Amino acid sequence: MRLSKGARAGIVLVSAAIAIGLILFGIFGYLRTYPPTVAATPSPTQPNTVDLTLQVEGAVGTGPHPQWVGWYAKDAAGKWVRTTIYQVPEKTYVHVTVYEYDSGGPLRNPYWGKVLGTQGGVEYLNGKPVSVLDAASGNGVAHTIDAPSLGLNIPVWGVNGNAKNFCQQGPCNPSEAHNVITFTFYSGNTTHTYRWQCFIPCGVGYLEGNGGPMAETGYMAGFFKVVA
Amino acid sequence: MALTQQEREERKAFARSKGWQIFAVWFVLTAIVDYLTWFVWGPHMPPGTMTTSAAAQQFDFKILMVLVVPVLFMVWVYGGFALVNFRARKGEEDQDGIVLFGNRKIQGIWYVASTVLVLGLAVFGTYELIANHDMGSGSGPSPIWNYSWAKATPQGAWTPGGSTPLVVQVIAQQWRFTYRYPQFGGMETTELYLPTNARVVFDVTSLDVIHDFWAYQLGVKADANPGVNNVATTETTSQTGKITVRCDELCGIWHGAMYNYGEVLPASSFETWATNMQAANAGVTKLLPPFALTYTPSYSGAGGGYYPSYDPNGHSVAY
Repeated sequence: MRLSKGARAGIVLVSAAIAIGLILFGIFGYLRTYPPTVAATPSPTQPNTVDLTLQVEGAVGTGPHPQWVGWYAKDAAGKWVRTTIYQVPEKTYVHVTVYEYDSGGPLRNPYWGKVLGTQGGVEYLNGKPVSVLDAASGNGVAHTIDAPSLGLNIPVWGVNGNAKNFCQQGPCNPSEAHNVITFTFYSGNTTHTYRWQCFIPCGVGYLEGNGGPMAETGYMAGFFKVVA
Repeated sequence: MALTQQEREERKAFARSKGWQIFAVWFVLTAIVDYLTWFVWGPHMPPGTMTTSAAAQQFDFKILMVLVVPVLFMVWVYGGFALVNFRARKGEEDQDGIVLFGNRKIQGIWYVASTVLVLGLAVFGTYELIANHDMGSGSGPSPIWNYSWAKATPQGAWTPGGSTPLVVQVIAQQWRFTYRYPQFGGMETTELYLPTNARVVFDVTSLDVIHDFWAYQLGVKADANPGVNNVATTETTSQTGKITVRCDELCGIWHGAMYNYGEVLPASSFETWATNMQAANAGVTKLLPPFALTYTPSYSGAGGGYYPSYDPNGHSVAY
């Protein structure tokens, strides 16, 4: 059976529309891709408190940019997930443990060496309470966790880049050189999604360290989702 | 078909009588709305009167509105008149509309009035552009009017009611502003607080890309460029109020989130706040650099080493 001109034109147009639709779906699907959200787990010992365990390394080792600097979070099953999106309940104290495996240096603005927004105004660096880190000395500061709307700023002390057991790519393990930083902050009384970022331009290979991982969720930019 | 002499005379009489009606309606409406614009709405126009520069901008907006209202109402009133009188009624769909004739006198008045208005706005705009009303243009104090008090360095301690300007260094970084107060031990804050009745000098710089410091309610806006000190000045009035500061230069993914808040406080309250903040900041102040006009990150960029003893890019390392 020979199709009419109109029928053939219709088939071509419908096929083209489906093809364009699939292409656009793919493009927007890719652009809207977000890393997974990891929820903090209720503390087994502290009431009204949840635990969030993170690690940061110089090269995440997986995904589309394995050489980029980035963060992992431990999920409820104890598995390390590469993400910077964390879910915490409202009206709750969030106890955060950071395993830091990256080297550090001086801060561009030493003001960001100050601990802000935590319980007691301190963070615990390898068990010792500190309120300010002098990034111009020692191994310097590797990264910061700064959530402007939560008033939170956590400088994360770097490890020696020449350490023999320096972690080369993530997820790293505790047998490699690291620092442990802990702090507790209050999640607030309203549900909201708060952005957070690192204030150290650490995008190696990008203009003055900006761009690359600094501008991408899942590496050095993320969110605290405060939920009911 | 040409009109008869009688028809011409009828049209002229019609235009004359309706013209005066249009003028009367336009004049009354314009007078009322201009009065309301200047005296009722005007005092509430943005950006307010919390500083001399903001007040000057509010004055500019009031002037422009008062000049725009007559033009706007001339168009609206004539448009409304045409809709009512020149519309085709039922049964008149096939008829020609009324024939209007040009009137050289009215055309002349219109041309002259438009010319005067546009030239007047040009002169007014030029004057307002160069007379900075205590506001640096964002690239230093006005080169035309010399504001000798607007130096880019602290000139001694600031006290309420004193003549020494308050110096605030605005430091932009992706994606936050911080404010350093060199006259209060170099303390740094994430919110901008200012005293009433004080001269303020903003030294604006950036640590990375190009940002823009826009303190809307202060009527102050200045680019924040790395390695550059942009000076903007203003003088607060006795009015207190909230401030919102935004970045006004597309600077990255979270440009839209680069804003924070502040307040103009009574001078004594500001002094109390600043003194308390200075004490609270003592731990970190000792780590902050002494006042410098710019803070230039090292060319080496990522991974540390931002402030070496030299800069391979040839910039001075003011740290």
